[in-house]
Amino acid sequence: MIESELTASAGAVADSDCTILAFCCNFCAYAAADLAGARRMQYPATVRIVHVPCTGKVEVEHLLAALERGVDGVLVAGCLEGGCHFVEGNLRAKRRLEAARQTLDEIGLGRERLRMVNLSASEAPTFVARIQEMVETVRSLGPNPLRASAAREESPR
Amino acid sequence: MIVASRKPISEIKQVLAGHDKVLFVGCGTCVTVCLAGGEREVGIMSYAMRMARRLDGRPIEIEQVTIERQCENEFIQELAPAAERNAAIVSFGCGAGVQAIAERFPEKPVYAALDTQFLGILEEQAVWTEKCLGCGSCVLSDFGGICPITRCAKRLLNGPCAGSTEERCEVDPDRPCAWQLIYRRLKAIGQLDNLERIVPPKDWRTSWHAGARKVVREEHRI
Repeated sequence: MIESELTASAGAVADSDCTILAFCCNFCAYAAADLAGARRMQYPATVRIVHVPCTGKVEVEHLLAALERGVDGVLVAGCLEGGCHFVEGNLRAKRRLEAARQTLDEIGLGRERLRMVNLSASEAPTFVARIQEMVETVRSLGPNPLRASAAREESPR
Repeated sequence: MIVASRKPISEIKQVLAGHDKVLFVGCGTCVTVCLAGGEREVGIMSYAMRMARRLDGRPIEIEQVTIERQCENEFIQELAPAAERNAAIVSFGCGAGVQAIAERFPEKPVYAALDTQFLGILEEQAVWTEKCLGCGSCVLSDFGGICPITRCAKRLLNGPCAGSTEERCEVDPDRPCAWQLIYRRLKAIGQLDNLERIVPPKDWRTSWHAGARKVVREEHRI
C-alpha cells in the first residue's frame, strides 16, 4: 500500500517547482497535518503526504524509490522519541534513515534531501515549520537531478 | 552460516563502469539471513546503482533475481534466461556463490557485490560473530564446545596467554577471552581434567594452507 501511495504521490509532484514527499505516522504527524489543515495554517502546496501506520513501517527501499522517481526531498515524520505507539518504530526508522542517508552520500545525491522529524499530534505549528524548513533546504539544493530523467523515462507509459 | 557484508557502492559501480545492462543475483540462504545479499539487499542496491549511474549521465538497466542458493547448480540453472539477456552478472552471494555462477556462465563477466567474512552465528538482531575457521580438524570436543583456534586471537591450545584483562581479550577488548570461556564451560560440565593434557601443535595440513580442499563421499555418488 505504501508503494502505491508513493507511486501516485511521486507522480503527482513530478511537474511541480519544489516537491517534498512526507511519510507521516498515523499517531502524530498525520494528525498534526490534519490539525494544521483544520486551523487553516499555510504550508507549501507541493508537499504530498504518504500516510503510514508508524514510521517503523518505512523501509530504506521506500525512501530511495521516492528519490529515484524525482522527488526533491523526503521527510519522515514520526512520534517523539519514547512516544512511539509501537514502542520503538520511530527509533528503527531513525536508524534506517541514517543508512539511507549514507547511501545518498555514497551515490552523490546528498544526505540533505532526506530528513526525519519527531513531533506529537498536537504540534501542528511544528509540522508546518518543519515542512517549510525542508522546502527551504531543498530549494537551496536545487531540483533533484534525477527528476528530468525520471520524467523522461515515465512519459511513454 | 556464512556471514558477509556489502561492498561499498563505489566499488561495485567501478566494476560495472563498462556495462549498461546487468543482472543482480541475490542468494536466498546464508547472505539473506545475514542481511547482506538477499532479495531486499539486491533491491536496495539496484535503487542506489540506478540513481548513481543516472547522476553520472550513463543510466544502467538492472534485472533482479534471487535464487534459493547460489552454491548449487540446480538453482543456478534458473538464471540461464536472465543471464542471456544481460551483459554481466553481479552476484550477491558469498565467495562460493560468485565462483559457482562464474563457472556456470563462462562467457559472462561475474562480479562480487559482497565481501565474504566468516563462518559465524547470529548473536542478536544484526550482530554476527565468527565461530569457525574451517580448519578441517575439529577440536571442539576437547574444549567444551568453544574453539580456541577461532576465538583465541593467538590460537593457543594450552591455556590462556595471561594478557587478558578482566576476562576480555588482550588483542580486542570487545571480545571475551576464549580461554576464560573454555575454563568456565569445562568447569560447568565437570571436564576440567581436559586442561591437564598437553595438546601437541596442531596439524594444519587439514586446513586451507595447501590450497582449496575437496570432500568426496563415495557412498552418495551417482
